[in-house]
Amino acid sequence: MAGGQTNRLNNGGLIDRSAPLNFRFDGKSFSGFEGDTLASALVANGVKLVGRSFKYHRPRGILTAGSEEPNALVELRTGARREPNTKATTAELYEGLEAASQNRWPSLRFDVMSVNQLFSPIFVAGFYYKTFMWPAKFWEAIYEPAIRRAAGLGRAAGVADPDHYDKAWAHCDVLIAGSGPAGLAAALAAGRSGARVILCEEDFAFGGRLLSDGGTIDGLPAAEWLSRALAELAAMPDVRILTRTTLFGVYDGGTYGALERVNDHMPSPPEHQVRQRMWRIVAKRYVVAAGALERPIVFAGNDTPGVMMASAMRTYVGRYAAVPAKRIALFTNNEDGWRTVETALGAGLQIAAVIDARPDVSPSHRSLASRNGFTVLHGSVSGVDGGKDGVRKIAVSLTGGARAEVEADGLAVSGGWNPAVGLTSYHRGRPKWRDDIAAFVPDGAPPGMVAAGAANGDFGLGACLAKGFAAGVAAAHGAGHSGKAGTAPVANDEAFSLTPLWHVAGKGKAFVDYQHDVTASDIELAQREGFESVEHLKRYTTLGMATDQGKTSNVAGLAIMAAVTGKSIPETGTTIYRPPYVPVAIGAFAGHHRDETFHATRLTPSHHWAAEQGAVFVDTGLWKRAQWYPRAGEKDWLESVTREVKAVRSGVGFCDVSTLGKIDVHGLDAGAFLDRVYINTFSNLAVGKARYGLMLREDGIVYDDGTTSRLAEDHYFLTTTTAKAGLVMQHLEFCRQVLFPELDVQLTSVSDQWAQFSIAGPKTRDLLKEIVDPAEDLSNEGFPFMGAREVALRGGIKARLFRISFSGEMAFEISVPARYGEAMARNLMLAGEPFGVTPYGTEALGVMRIEKGHVAGPELNGTTTAADLGLGKMTSTKKDFIGRVMAGREALVAPDRQVVVGVKPTDRARRLRSGAHIIPKGQTPGPGNDQGYVTSVCFSPTSDQWIGLALVERGRERIGEIVHAHDPIRAEDYDVELCNPVFYDPDGGRQRG
Amino acid sequence: MRIVCPFCGERELGEFTYLGDAKPVRPAAGAGADAVYDYVYLRDNIAGVMSENWYHGGGCRAWLKVTRNTLTHEISAIEPAAGAGAAKVGA
Amino acid sequence: MKYSIFSLARAALSGHKNWQRTWRDATPKDRYDVVIIGGGGHGLATAWFLASEYGIKNVAVLEKGWIGSGNAGRNTTIIRSNYGLPGNTGFYELSMKLWERMEQDLNYNAMVSQRGVINLYHSDAQRDAYARRGNTMRINGIDAELLDLAAVKKMMPFLNFDNARFPVQGGLLQRRGGTARHDAVVWGYAHAASGLGVDIIQNCEVTGFVRDANGKVTGVETSRGRIGAGKVGMAVAGSSSRVAEMAGLRLPIESHVLQAFVSEAIKPLIPNVMTFGAGHFYVSQSDKGGLVFGGDIDGYNSYAQRGNLPVMEDVCEGGMALMPMIGRVRLLRQWGGIMDMSMDGSPIIDKTPVDGLYLNAGWCYGGFKATPGSGFVFAHLLARDTPHEEAVRFRLDRFRTGAMIDEKGQGAQPNLH
Repeated sequence: MAGGQTNRLNNGGLIDRSAPLNFRFDGKSFSGFEGDTLASALVANGVKLVGRSFKYHRPRGILTAGSEEPNALVELRTGARREPNTKATTAELYEGLEAASQNRWPSLRFDVMSVNQLFSPIFVAGFYYKTFMWPAKFWEAIYEPAIRRAAGLGRAAGVADPDHYDKAWAHCDVLIAGSGPAGLAAALAAGRSGARVILCEEDFAFGGRLLSDGGTIDGLPAAEWLSRALAELAAMPDVRILTRTTLFGVYDGGTYGALERVNDHMPSPPEHQVRQRMWRIVAKRYVVAAGALERPIVFAGNDTPGVMMASAMRTYVGRYAAVPAKRIALFTNNEDGWRTVETALGAGLQIAAVIDARPDVSPSHRSLASRNGFTVLHGSVSGVDGGKDGVRKIAVSLTGGARAEVEADGLAVSGGWNPAVGLTSYHRGRPKWRDDIAAFVPDGAPPGMVAAGAANGDFGLGACLAKGFAAGVAAAHGAGHSGKAGTAPVANDEAFSLTPLWHVAGKGKAFVDYQHDVTASDIELAQREGFESVEHLKRYTTLGMATDQGKTSNVAGLAIMAAVTGKSIPETGTTIYRPPYVPVAIGAFAGHHRDETFHATRLTPSHHWAAEQGAVFVDTGLWKRAQWYPRAGEKDWLESVTREVKAVRSGVGFCDVSTLGKIDVHGLDAGAFLDRVYINTFSNLAVGKARYGLMLREDGIVYDDGTTSRLAEDHYFLTTTTAKAGLVMQHLEFCRQVLFPELDVQLTSVSDQWAQFSIAGPKTRDLLKEIVDPAEDLSNEGFPFMGAREVALRGGIKARLFRISFSGEMAFEISVPARYGEAMARNLMLAGEPFGVTPYGTEALGVMRIEKGHVAGPELNGTTTAADLGLGKMTSTKKDFIGRVMAGREALVAPDRQVVVGVKPTDRARRLRSGAHIIPKGQTPGPGNDQGYVTSVCFSPTSDQWIGLALVERGRERIGEIVHAHDPIRAEDYDVELCNPVFYDPDGGRQRG
Repeated sequence: MRIVCPFCGERELGEFTYLGDAKPVRPAAGAGADAVYDYVYLRDNIAGVMSENWYHGGGCRAWLKVTRNTLTHEISAIEPAAGAGAAKVGA
Repeated sequence: MKYSIFSLARAALSGHKNWQRTWRDATPKDRYDVVIIGGGGHGLATAWFLASEYGIKNVAVLEKGWIGSGNAGRNTTIIRSNYGLPGNTGFYELSMKLWERMEQDLNYNAMVSQRGVINLYHSDAQRDAYARRGNTMRINGIDAELLDLAAVKKMMPFLNFDNARFPVQGGLLQRRGGTARHDAVVWGYAHAASGLGVDIIQNCEVTGFVRDANGKVTGVETSRGRIGAGKVGMAVAGSSSRVAEMAGLRLPIESHVLQAFVSEAIKPLIPNVMTFGAGHFYVSQSDKGGLVFGGDIDGYNSYAQRGNLPVMEDVCEGGMALMPMIGRVRLLRQWGGIMDMSMDGSPIIDKTPVDGLYLNAGWCYGGFKATPGSGFVFAHLLARDTPHEEAVRFRLDRFRTGAMIDEKGQGAQPNLH
């Protein structure tokens, strides 16, 4: 045997003996070879004890050789890359691999929590529902923390994942899952027919069971045929074959999810490479050739390390040249199990006995037994004598009642094969039962999907090739390709004979779900307590809910339930199959959407200029907006914002408001259209004028506001709030296309086309004169309040100029093509220098709008009416518009509604906070007198105190009333006065000046 | 789901926004509150084939009437809304 | 048999051979005082409160499949009472108080775990909205705390505080919120209700209503025959419109799919329940060790009980944005439930225009936390024919009168609630 690897064969297998790899398991150094999995390398090193079970912390070994493994789970890698619950059976070995067993303390061999086994008479299925109830407080304090610590499996890294994940789209005619004989035959057929093919193989090598079982195909050894087939596929330009890629989910419209483990076979991904890639594959046809999983038989002691699936034992010996046991017993109820005997004998291993549950075995098997000196026992395994170091003796109940004992250090078990029905069942197609193979096979697969080969219950090599090939031809044909596919590969079918056997009665724990420690008696208990439905059974016992998703346990579990209820297995039914087919790293679903790149970042046209100015930015949806522009020496944001407000109110300032939604409305019916979407009228707006508009939802609640200008007879320019820019566009398109298709109107979103600046303050005109072509008349007469028109700028660029004011000052908004936005900001600074121009951010903007009593997002909160906002008078009674009828409902016009009102603390030094509630003065706060709340606040430099807007019951009738601002969550209580919401220039003289 | 936009071709679900049942018709001006209440609030909520309004916001901004089975998500027909596209009735 | 550590120990001596069914396997009688359609959490809780609080024990719960097979068994197990609007606030707190005594009431451990629910905020506007909501809670006698960044960091040091696109600024915490074992709630109510004489009848699908000459509902037709009833209550989330249609009713409800996800079991990682305020993601960790998480509904009408990749990706993106430490934790299972989304995001518990037929519906994606409260007030309505004081606003006619309870302010578009 190979150096250091006590259980490695000197010859055979698909490992590369010239490429040794060092690795560590639980701190101990081992070596394996390129081509090994962690599991096969552990087997080759004679390691039998690999993990501990979930509940009883029982010692466990390796059961399988694939992604169905319930026992051999490890923490792979260390530090930030630690991956809990990694199946040793799918982890590829690499140089320096580090793995640790999990769910044990202090060590795998001596696990204190295995004391749970002593309590196992009490810790039966669902025991926790019956106890831990007294005293009630103890649950969170004592019981639950203890249970949580004991439960769980491996430990997550606990720090940010350092690796990157990719997402990709792919489109094809025929998608194939699995590269066993059926999958390869399907790929050859579809590819030759001219279809675009994608084949995904979960393993790192193509071939499926061919890699372990060999055989003869088209007269060639399987390995030879395999390499020829792969070469042919590789030469087809429209065929893509992927290893390390698992099809995990089936979604609507022929969309499939697949995970490619790009670099998991390395210690860490090479620089600039991703760890994994999630494929979203759109396929016209899908061939499921995912094979079948061998199933265990439930008997006492079946979880002893050294008990292994017969096919897995073949894989370890045949593919990896690793020897799980030197003296092997086989327990089978079917013909396929015997192939393990042949493989073992071929590798020079000893067979202790074959325990065959069938009534008889073939003469050739008998002669094999006598030639090789082992006995064939007719009966079942009833117990295993062994411990954490593995199997020692096997107790057998012989048909007829006698007992026998077999000495062996390994027990191969074969209970038959279950087709992988998950992928065909995710759309709630329920698999159907086939008595001849005692297994469920796919049924009711979604359109375009077909299962072939072992995945469809055809287990013979010849059948797999023929059915796979036919499926490939049909899939290509269905996708519109019918080139010459040639003939299907030919092989013989192995004999098949099986006598169903699920559970051998006996003393001792017999495990159905290994990982979750669900025993046969747990299932009987569940039935006794009324949890007979398979979904109840699953939920009560946790059967099938472990990381192997029930791949080895579900069918046995429901077979045992069927037996105790006296129903058939198909009558008992299956639970609903849920994706993913194998567990998938959460990071792979997120891709690059994390950290700063979680969502896109939108920058305003003047962003880079603002950044140069040292602006502090705030997130507004996806936008970064300048919040304020701190200057040297300013001690906090409030000082900066106050300066900006004062500068605007006394001189001139400007602010980038490009984030507003902007929509051009064109057409002969543009005015009529706007009349239907706004509560007020726009068809009578004069060309060259702007008007504030308010739109409702159809339920009568305010949806959005903004100014809309008429630039020509058939052209309006509409603005929306920043938050609703996209949504209003969608809403207006709905109105145009669905509700009012008869109107001649077109909408164009121009939000990104225009950079827009608000320029405000008494010196605005002085500044604008430096920017705008001197021929343009900006006087009050030539460009009155609410005027709107196109103007030329100095240098000839056309701009749109609007005399509108959010701040309450003499103000304009100017739009220039977005590419000039940054230049505009720089020019405003340059031209404004003589006037002390001050850039201001969203905070100052907010302060001035609150001073002016303008409503914004906090007041337009999706529950307020126009009247609530003090804008009821805008409502036209002469036309129909969206929301008109529902706005009239009794509760929406009730006199005691909460309406917008101003608030200011009676103590002028006091800070006011949004979210404080309004309670009548002198009353104890309670649900009965909770009359509203403060929506928006600011420190008003103009008022020289904190002021705010509030929604208060009957607020407008109560101006002057002193009420209580109740803010228990911030431990504040103080008196405020309800006041006119327009704190600044209530007559509006300044903005008209 | 994949939706075949009559203007853009087959596109992925993420490009579309759903509004709801396309069957209710907005009552004409002057219809009573009952009719509008019914239009705004009551739904057949069909378990089966249903006609729905979808918006191709990630593409051409057309509103589409999509016939889809709510039990299987299978789409059987797609047509543009009456006013989708540039051409106008009579224009 | 009373459940306790002592009864468990005694049962162990006899190999657990003597346990009785958790609830009786009843065969339908000809007539009941009250028939509840729907053997989910709400229906079973209603039956239990009818029997225990209102002395009405001649009650049947009819379940078309197995009890708890709808949303009761397909949710993310969160309980909380952190609502902001009148109608919801008091009701959910009533429900929370019932959670706090559930296990003693039912003699069944539903693993009610008050580990705290925290809603994170990422902007001043969000903080103000949470302050408003937290104050509402406090005014209604409900615990609420507004945490600043330092407090959040201390409680959840594993969040992304370094390079987040939308940095966490703080959170609204309800310490009494948490989780409960969803299936156990169903089984606990079934166990206790059955013990008081309620008949729980599984595999019994209602196929129609029996009406008298005046149109009054006097019973139901079922797959197991006709069953007479003094009153019939519907608690059939996911099927509300279909069942109501049998009585000629159209409801202000659309059914949508909500996906949820669970990871492989890992050792304790996340101490509480939290929601991300800058994306669609919320998470807790089950006692078994799985991260249980979800996000937004898929957004289209669906009865398919499964969703699609865009929302799954969106949820995981939210999770990775909030706590990039979960990148290597594997998603084990995804599933979808049918949410009966009402037109304002709040439930309906009311008499219907059909005499004798009572409605409990429209729980959107928030029905689990309401389970005991819903049962309590629905039992009150069925027993007394008047709404319970904490449910007076959950009227069916509120959309006609304009008295919506719209926490999110999204209006009559269910997929936005």
